Amino acid sequence: MATPQIRTGASPRNPSKPGFVYLPLIAGWLVPGAGHFLLGKWGRGALLAVSIIGMFALGIGMNGKLYANAHEILDLLGLVGDLGNGLLYFASRALSLGADQVQVTTGDYGTRFIVVAGLLNVIAAVDAHNIRTGRKPA
Amino acid sequence: MLRPSHFTAVVLFALCASVVFGITMRETPRRMVRYGAYCFVLFVGAAIVLSWVMFLIAR
Repeated sequence: MATPQIRTGASPRNPSKPGFVYLPLIAGWLVPGAGHFLLGKWGRGALLAVSIIGMFALGIGMNGKLYANAHEILDLLGLVGDLGNGLLYFASRALSLGADQVQVTTGDYGTRFIVVAGLLNVIAAVDAHNIRTGRKPA
Repeated sequence: MLRPSHFTAVVLFALCASVVFGITMRETPRRMVRYGAYCFVLFVGAAIVLSWVMFLIAR
């Protein structure tokens, strides 16, 4: 009797490859696009890197705020979003880029650009992980 | 310091977000491009429509 094929989340379509399965996820988080580069998706990785790094750079260029602490719940959400940028966030903090306080309208835009760049980077890193595990076709 | 206009900021935001959405939410390159363009139009279109709504409410 034929058994119906049920697609579970982790069932790989492509044969399992050796190696650390979370490497594209971690690499993609630390450096935008790196997860796709590791999987040989050079075009996709380059587009993701340009978009995410570009968005982060635009945010910094607009004098956006980098969240450094979380005294209030909204600050916590901003900090989580900023942390999604991986090394970009830590490097920018180390170089004292970004504003401490938003003083101009474009600074408010810049703050949102930085947070959204982080969230998009998390989406891209999870996408690389899904390709690695076979949830998404390569 | 960069000082883009409101509309320029919307277009830049929509462009970057649409590229990521297109690549991550679809499986084939053709569908990625179509979905990315769809997201871009919705981002910019929604911003224009909401701007007009707020303008009319404020009058």
